[in-house]
This record gives sequence, structure tokens and C-alpha cells, in this order.
Amino acid sequence: MTEQPATFAFDADNQALADKHIAKYPEGRQASAVLPLLDIAQRQCDGWLPRAAMDYIAEMLDMAPIRVYEVVSFYEMYHDTPRGKHELRVCTTTPCWLRGSADIVSACEDEMGCKVGETSPDGVFSLGEFECLGACVNAPVVWIDDDYYEDVDPDSARKLIQAFRKGERPEPGPMTDRQKSAPAGGPTTLTGAGE
Amino acid sequence: MLSDKDRIFTNLYGLHDWSLDAAKTRGDWDGTKEILSKGRDWIIDEMKESGLRGRGGAGFPAGLKWSFMPKEDTGRPAYLVVNADESEPGTCKDREIMRHDPHKLVEGCLIAGFAMGAMAAYIYVRGEFHYEAGILDAAVEQAYDAGLIGKNACGSGYDFDIYVHRGAGAYICGEETALLESLEGKKGQPRIKPPFPANTGLYGSPTTINNVETIAVAPTICRRGASWFSGFGRENNTGTKVFCISGHVNNPCNVEEEMSIPLKELIEKHAGGVRGGWDNLKAIIPGGSSVPLLPKSICDTVLMDFDSLKEVKSGLGTAGIIVMDQSTDVIAAIARLAKFYKHESCGQCTPCREGTGWMWRVMERLVKGDAEIEEIDMLLDVSKEIEGHTICALGDAAAWPIQGLMRHFRDEVEDRITSNRSRSAA
Repeated sequence: MTEQPATFAFDADNQALADKHIAKYPEGRQASAVLPLLDIAQRQCDGWLPRAAMDYIAEMLDMAPIRVYEVVSFYEMYHDTPRGKHELRVCTTTPCWLRGSADIVSACEDEMGCKVGETSPDGVFSLGEFECLGACVNAPVVWIDDDYYEDVDPDSARKLIQAFRKGERPEPGPMTDRQKSAPAGGPTTLTGAGE
Repeated sequence: MLSDKDRIFTNLYGLHDWSLDAAKTRGDWDGTKEILSKGRDWIIDEMKESGLRGRGGAGFPAGLKWSFMPKEDTGRPAYLVVNADESEPGTCKDREIMRHDPHKLVEGCLIAGFAMGAMAAYIYVRGEFHYEAGILDAAVEQAYDAGLIGKNACGSGYDFDIYVHRGAGAYICGEETALLESLEGKKGQPRIKPPFPANTGLYGSPTTINNVETIAVAPTICRRGASWFSGFGRENNTGTKVFCISGHVNNPCNVEEEMSIPLKELIEKHAGGVRGGWDNLKAIIPGGSSVPLLPKSICDTVLMDFDSLKEVKSGLGTAGIIVMDQSTDVIAAIARLAKFYKHESCGQCTPCREGTGWMWRVMERLVKGDAEIEEIDMLLDVSKEIEGHTICALGDAAAWPIQGLMRHFRDEVEDRITSNRSRSAA
């Protein structure tokens, strides 16, 4: 069993942020804010949601606690057990698979010393496979914390892991020298348009 | 080929600044007040005449959809909800619009919301798009600060709010009623229709749900005219479209092109051609993972539009084009999609909850050839039992890729079973 902290409360900054989200929805519809509030709580708790945080949010939004628990279990981005310092997820759905995502997974497992679904022995990473991240023309894609690293190969995946282990945060985006989702080698359109 | 002057998304690749001042130099927010002053009916008629069909997958005529919203005051607020839960494998166009051309979407929300009498828009962005949602949030803030939205938006006398809402990782929330459930703070499980959202949607109020691209092209259509937009593509398939070309091409990319462009021309012109040349092509999924794949013989001539792809028993869907060359184990490629649908099934309807897992397990055995020939027909039978028997289209979406595989590559599936059997016998 996961050891659960006895209590939870938003810190002042996060309370202000939570209030901002709650204000987006009509009166009496504050349950709409449950997704953003869980996200804020998870960030405050180093990447997972203790039961106390779920109960705190349920009370804040006037929801039955079970409604919050089921939301947490339904959505992929919430975790109810502690995680590594960084979340690293490799997209392995068909468009990434066609571009070699299986090799990326192997490289990550090898470099981290853990398997998919596990946390590395040094506690730095939790490694996961993820369904389509929606950046298919920049496949394969690796998602670390909030950022997409694109056009990754096994070598650049290893370098990313080494960098994060050293406390660095490499620039997100394509790992090759291409411009975002334009064709490698330069755009075939929009060559004269724009400003 | 579409020329740059007729492209709507002129910052598709993020070569320029996304923010308000730069967006204005690209034509955004130009004469918005005048567009609004022409009235709701004018805007809806213009959308109808443009022939714009929804860009999220189903291809429903956008102007017609907007016209379903109540014309008289119902005593309830009305909402526009923008579906930015882009998660269909092979699709990555809305992401580019949100992070590089967000003001087209923000302005589109105002124009569309005004046309349908909505008081506010909620933009539901998939949770993984943290960065994109941040840009969009900042663009919305800029628009408020400049008086373009909010009270008396653009000086039109109309009050309109826009809110960005992030999801938390669930493909099913791209289904419009699941999205509404999620937006109300619940599990994303689709609702039974009717009632349709135009009558009973978000918080029980009249609601229209549109894809990001559909909303983001609306201001340009209003500015340049319906006939300009309908001048591209074939009848019933008009306009320009952002295509996403992924998989085994030399240069995967997003590109805005004319509707009805031949698939082969699109790939050769913009994606550097199929890896190893066109003759090295095996199959293409032309409209996101949910639509049936097409073998090379059809890809040779098919046009990228709704009707042409429907004729060959596939679909334009989201226009996410997944290319597979001859090196591809096409059975494994479809088995991976079967796993995707199994994972993403919300579990509400029995045929989908049980069926997607069952189909995936059979597909995994077919990859190895560890099956009986008769199981192919059994698999197709089960897929037909799922298709059309669920609340939402996820069941259909899980069935179609497998049906497409058997339609065009059944020989290969049978060969694998036979050769596995002779290997085992030896």
C-alpha cells in the first residue's frame, strides 16, 4: 500500500490558480474545474495524487469524493501512486511505431535500467508507453514532463535521459534541425507568405 | 497546386510570431466588427455557401450545424464548444493552429459564437498539449486586453467570453458528448443522442461543438467570401485543408493544400515521396486511424476528399495520412491500432468494452499466424456486431481498420497462418 499523507491543502499560489479556474464556469457548475484542480494538486505533490488531495478537491467543488476518485482513475494523466522525478512517456501508436518507436522504448529501458511501467532505480524517471500524442508528422515522439521531444532516434533518446539525469532540460521540439512540422530540408509552401 | 496567397494558415510552421500584433499583420482581426454587423444569418449563409464541412472527422456541413441552434431566446445560455482534443492517430493539425495561429481560432470563436447566439466558448484542449494550451490562453488574454472579446466585443455591442479548458488524457473525449461530460467534470463517457447538443448540450443548454480547424477558417471565409473558399476542391468537397502526412515518407509534414488533390501528388510534392519511391508503397490510411486502409492500387489515383475516399470504402476523416511502405508488417500495424481502441474504449457499452479487447487478442495471434483460417471470418463477424451497436462511434472506429485489412490484405493474413502451421508441423 502506498503511504498516504494525512492532509492536503493548496499552497497560496495554487489556491489563487484554482480560484481562477473555478471562475471560468457558471455558478453551481464548479465541478467543471475538477480536471484543472487535480492537475494543480498533482504538480504540488510531485507528480501524484494522494487520497487527501482528492478529498480536498471534492470538498472544494462540492462533489461526492467517489466522483473525484473515478475521474482520477479514468484519465491517463493522473497518478494515485508516487512517481519518479520526471515522467518519460514514449508514444508507440502506429504512426510512431512505423518510425521506430519500439527501438526508442528499448533505448529508454536500457538507459534507465527499468522497464515500461516502472520507475528507474535512481528514482529519476517513471517510464511509460503512451497512446497517440498527436504529433505524428514528427514521429517518434517522447513526452517528458510537459514537453514533446520529436523526431527522436535511439541515440537522441539516450542523450535526453542523460541530460535530465544531470538536471538539465533540453530545448523541446524536433531533435533534428527541421522547422517544427515543416518538411525536413525546408518548407514546400509558405516560402513567401507571412510578414 | 494551391498558391501561398490562398493559404489560410500562413504561420503553420511557426516561422513568425503568434501574438496579436503579428497575427494582425497576417490579416487576423481585420474588420471583425463589420463582419458581425452583417448579422447572424449573413454569417451562417456565408458558411453554408462556402461548402465548408467539419474538419474534425465526420464532415458535417458547418453552416447547417450552426443553423440548428435556437434562433429565439430559450431562457438558457447557449455555448460554442471547440473540440481541441486532437487525438486521432495520424492527426496533428490543430496543434499547429493553436501554437502558431491561435488568433485565427480566437477570432473564429467570436464569429461562430455570435452567429449561433452563444454567450461563451469553451475550448477543450487535450491535456497533453500543455504548451499549446498555454499559448492559446495567452492569445485569449491578448484579445480580452484589446477589447476584441469580452464585453462589447470588437465594439459590436455583443458580449462574448472565451475559456480554455485542458483535458487529462482520454481519446474518447474527442467524441462530442464525451467531451461535454468531461467539461462538466465527469468521466468522459458519451451520451445517448437524442437529445442532440444543439438542444441539450453543455449544462443542459444549447451547444454546438466544432473542431479547431473548422472554427479557425471561418473568419477568412467571411473576409474573402464564400465563393473564394468554394472555388477550391470539387463540388461538395470544397476549400483548403491542412493535411498531416506521417509514416514512411521521406519528409513527413503538415501542409495546407486544396481539397480533392490527388493523394499521390500530395505526398510527392510535399512529403518528398514514399520512402524508396512510389512503387515501394504498400498501403495508406488516408484519414486518421479510424478509416480503413487503402492498398497502393487505389492510392495511385484516389483524390483526397470526402466523396472520393468514401467511394473506395474509406474516408477523409481528419486527413491524417499514415503511409506504409513495403517493409511494413501491415497486420502488426493494424493490430497496434486494435490495441489503441481497446485501451481507449470508455467501457460504457458492452460490445465495445468486450469487443475491442477480443479483437485485439485475435489480431495479436494473427500477427504470429497462430490462428485458424476460419477465425478471420469470425473476427469480421464480431467487428460487424460492434459496428453500429454502441452509443458512440468508437466501436465503429475499432471495427473499420480491421475490416479494411481483411478487404485488401486477407491473402497476407491467410499466408501467415498457413506458413506458421507448416513451420509448426516441421
